Amino acid sequence: MTEELSSVAVDAAPDSFASRVASLAGIPVSFSRGQEVLHPRRDQLVDAATALRNAGFVTCSDLCATDYSSAQESRPLPESIAPERFEVVVNILSLEHRRRVRLRVQVPESDPTCPTLFFVYPGTENMEREVFDLFGIAFDDHPDMTRILMPPEWEGHPLRKDYGVGRVPVQFKDAPGPR
Amino acid sequence: MTPETAVTDPAAIEKVIEEEATTDPAAEFAPEALTDPMQVLIEQGGVLRLPEDATADPNLSDSSFGDGERMIINLGPQHPSTHGVLRMMLELEGETVLRSKPIIGYLHTGMEKTAEELTYVQGATNVTRMDYLSPLANELCFSLAVEALLEVEMPARATWIRMLMAELGRINSHVTWAATNGMDLASTTMMIFGFRERDMLLSFFEKTTGVRMNHNYIRPGGVAADLPDGWQDDVLAIVDTIESRVDDYDQLLTGQPIFRERTEGVGIISAELALAMSATGPILRASGVPWDLRRSMPYLAYEKVDFDVIVGTIGDTFDRYAVRLNEIRESIRIVRQVVEKMPAGDYRVQDAKVTPPPRARIDESMEALIHHFKLFTRGIEPPEGEVYVAVESPRGELGCYLVSDGSNKPYRLHVRAPSFVNLQSVPALLRGGLIADAVAILSSVDPVLGEVDR
Repeated sequence: MTEELSSVAVDAAPDSFASRVASLAGIPVSFSRGQEVLHPRRDQLVDAATALRNAGFVTCSDLCATDYSSAQESRPLPESIAPERFEVVVNILSLEHRRRVRLRVQVPESDPTCPTLFFVYPGTENMEREVFDLFGIAFDDHPDMTRILMPPEWEGHPLRKDYGVGRVPVQFKDAPGPR
Repeated sequence: MTPETAVTDPAAIEKVIEEEATTDPAAEFAPEALTDPMQVLIEQGGVLRLPEDATADPNLSDSSFGDGERMIINLGPQHPSTHGVLRMMLELEGETVLRSKPIIGYLHTGMEKTAEELTYVQGATNVTRMDYLSPLANELCFSLAVEALLEVEMPARATWIRMLMAELGRINSHVTWAATNGMDLASTTMMIFGFRERDMLLSFFEKTTGVRMNHNYIRPGGVAADLPDGWQDDVLAIVDTIESRVDDYDQLLTGQPIFRERTEGVGIISAELALAMSATGPILRASGVPWDLRRSMPYLAYEKVDFDVIVGTIGDTFDRYAVRLNEIRESIRIVRQVVEKMPAGDYRVQDAKVTPPPRARIDESMEALIHHFKLFTRGIEPPEGEVYVAVESPRGELGCYLVSDGSNKPYRLHVRAPSFVNLQSVPALLRGGLIADAVAILSSVDPVLGEVDR
């Protein structure tokens, strides 16, 4: 499947369980390199995840985030979704259907919070802490919203694009670069 | 509760612990199977939710803390059984572990940030250093993700070489685990045995890839070099030896009363709980869920080889041991089939935009020289998009989420590290057990801290 399918309607994959669940809530579906992606709004995330868990997606294999601040125009999103700076990406897995579905949630820079999935998938606990640590996106109602990889007193969120990579200045080379 | 108040005010922590701990002792020690797993996790908080520096306060670390018997101690980060720099905060009542909290990050070197500064060609050298006990699985996952973005088709021989190396890597990782697990359970013989077997594999890796670890052998577009001459004999000699040595492990440990005593019925996790905690790999399979990505969502050519998915029954430490030991045997089966069926052909894709031309061509072809130069200065430029690819590493689902903005560097590389996720199950495994068993349980989870912290 290729890029022209990226904003295709739900019935492109009529057999897909996740797409049917998504269509009930009016969540846009897209495909990235053949992988199914749902785009719930922030307030739809927990409900969508709960519905999917009840439909057989019993485990959350991954939760991470992306800071799109320097590549706003180059990402394919369905038309009804307004791009924001951050995106929380959740990969869930159905053992029964042997399928993966990805949820991409837009999170604005002005309000970097997201509802927690801890009560739907307890396994997201460490992953949400990691996103909080490295991106500064706080997950509401998460039981232990603290830094996990960086020291507790660390300032800044390293995986944000405006956080410098840190380098030693080199004589004769004033051109910026990582090394 | 903010960390500041917690550290300065022991009474506040005490109050929180009182609130969070169960008052009913029967419920506290009941097997997790009898309680709703979600309930155990959310309400009782299998996890100790205290700030990481709480025990730095001398008032909290003595035995007068809490009701006079309950105390918090640290296991690690400098402890031979923690497999690196893992620190466990354990809440103890006598010798019984109640809640615990793994504290990680001591090895965090920002590899995901580094990956954004490296081109796709350089990227494999970075990811291979994450899980240092199975570097080939990391490279494989990264390369498959880049190839999914590029939508290139691999030649058959490249796929089968990758499969051979991935399975040898799995054997390598599992024998090393068996060695360190033996050491944790006071069997130094097992440690020597495991490292002896590992060395044979590392020698073969050195012969094939040039280095013993951190190979950068599996790269986007194929593998770095073809297998060395006579590789079949080497590989068969190695797997024949290891197969007979695994029988030795059986004799040494499996039937040994002390070993069984320390592992059977210790650190049980139910299938529902393991799934809820996103655990994968031997932890999930030991609890009876036949979920192995090689079988369930085949990649490479795993649907063309014959092997069994090993599952346990109750998910205790012994089951995890047995699953890993038998996975060595299954990997040996796969390796033998790969040796038999290895196709001829290219070991990397013949696309000048993805892989460099052969060295000899550079001297005679201007075009080859240009492609070579462009590949190593600019690199691969996959079209925009994002992709999540997962492989079954020795520790579970190793995933790679890769976002491309069309440039020659990944816009975002996230590695779903199985050890990082599996560590979440540790508080559930330790809960209600003895502190002496904590070492055995931690060892059976097989965390690799390079991958946990990245």
